[in-house]
Amino acid sequence: MFRNQYDTDVTTWSPTGRLFQVEYSMEAVKQGSAAIGLRSKTHVVLACVNKANSELSSHQKKIFKVDDHIGVAIAGLTADGRVLSRYMRSEAINHSFTYESPLPVGRLVVQLADKAQVCTQRSWKRPYGVGLLVGGLDESGAHLYYNCPSGNYFEYQAFAIGSRSQAAKTYLERRFENFTNSSREDLIKDALIATRETLQGEKLKSSICTVSVVGVGEPFHILDQETVQQLIDTFELVTEEEPPAPEPASEPAAADQGGAEQGAGAEQGAAPDEGVAPMDI
Amino acid sequence: MTKQQANWSPYDNNGGSCVAIAGADYCVMAADTRMSSGYNILTREYSKICKLADKAVMASSGFQADVNALQKQLAAKHLTYQHQHNKQMSCPAMAQLLSNTLYYKRFFPYYAFNVLGGLDSEGKGCVFTYDAVGSYERVGYSSQGSGSTLIMPFLDNQLKSPSPLLLPAQDAVTPLSESEAVDLVKTVFASATERDIYTGDKLEIVVLNAGGIHREYMELRKD
Repeated sequence: MFRNQYDTDVTTWSPTGRLFQVEYSMEAVKQGSAAIGLRSKTHVVLACVNKANSELSSHQKKIFKVDDHIGVAIAGLTADGRVLSRYMRSEAINHSFTYESPLPVGRLVVQLADKAQVCTQRSWKRPYGVGLLVGGLDESGAHLYYNCPSGNYFEYQAFAIGSRSQAAKTYLERRFENFTNSSREDLIKDALIATRETLQGEKLKSSICTVSVVGVGEPFHILDQETVQQLIDTFELVTEEEPPAPEPASEPAAADQGGAEQGAGAEQGAAPDEGVAPMDI
Repeated sequence: MTKQQANWSPYDNNGGSCVAIAGADYCVMAADTRMSSGYNILTREYSKICKLADKAVMASSGFQADVNALQKQLAAKHLTYQHQHNKQMSCPAMAQLLSNTLYYKRFFPYYAFNVLGGLDSEGKGCVFTYDAVGSYERVGYSSQGSGSTLIMPFLDNQLKSPSPLLLPAQDAVTPLSESEAVDLVKTVFASATERDIYTGDKLEIVVLNAGGIHREYMELRKD
């Protein structure tokens, strides 16, 4: 009821001890299209839904490489996300320049959080309207962090942000205990399934999602569309009706062997089913 | 009242020679591996050649501390370029970047005498030669360092193309084959080693061509 009185600028507290502008900025994150992150002991996968405004335009880039060992997926105001990615890249370069070693992920997220905090305590600024899923590897292992516009950050085994992320989170909550020991392929598959959950029935295609991986001995890179489509095809037919409860161990073995023919079949089946459905971002 | 002289110098010269030769579809870079200071040898196995990008390799003689700082600067700038453009820098682009980076310290220069080599966007060999403050030029071949006064005349004799003032314009790139160019470089260093005290120990040769980067070594006189 009193929200509107105390929400004019970020430096005004509400009587109940809240900063409404900061909370509003977190709403902006919820409006952005979904981004998902998962980690195992040796790999981190970041995936996001890439919905273009219209059939005529290209989609926005939401996953950025920060360094060989760190990547970030964003949700919310992508312009703010781009600016923060530039900052993160610069920090990573400066650290390696000075210390001849890769920037530990935990250090980067603290710097990012402190930067976000500044915008919550200056009357002439506004909070960043973007949530960042920072995934990376360093000496202490694989890490996934979520950075909020509020300046808070948390470490996660798996997380999803953006619109309809709750569906993905529900899926991840069921499965996260297995993630630590997941293989790289299983982790990517879980990321794709979680991404599919946010699409609410719409068919998952590599043209509307982006997947990136970083792991031990594997520098951060974004998987190309073909590879992603092949991965989608290997599990699309297998997991269409069944709920994602069964053991991950046997699935990849069967899927990989049958992958070739199933992939061919799926592509032929997918051909008539074209056209990007109009959506809300 | 005599003018006060400095009682120390921020610079030192670690000696050594570098050479680069551009071919039709390759580029040969070579440098000796001796690092010295005054009449002392600091090490016999120091590489003066640094890969800056897939198609750009730099060889630098002079003050190696400055050379290292310069290489780090360029590597950091290259990383930023890759983040922004999603591709590696071309050799001519790196050439300009090196020039700008050197001139940035016009009033406290990098004591580095560089020669940059690689393949241009058409796949042809290219060599760029620099002074300490960034003045550069694309050439068909070049040498820098303590042995350059001995090496350059010999390269001119073997490789120099007719004057650029002649018409029709002649390509600066040598018609030599890759293996002939490598042999030439080995000969050149063997001779320079004889008379230049700062050049010797081992020769490092790096060849860039369509197939990638290849490195080999040759022993030189150690005296």
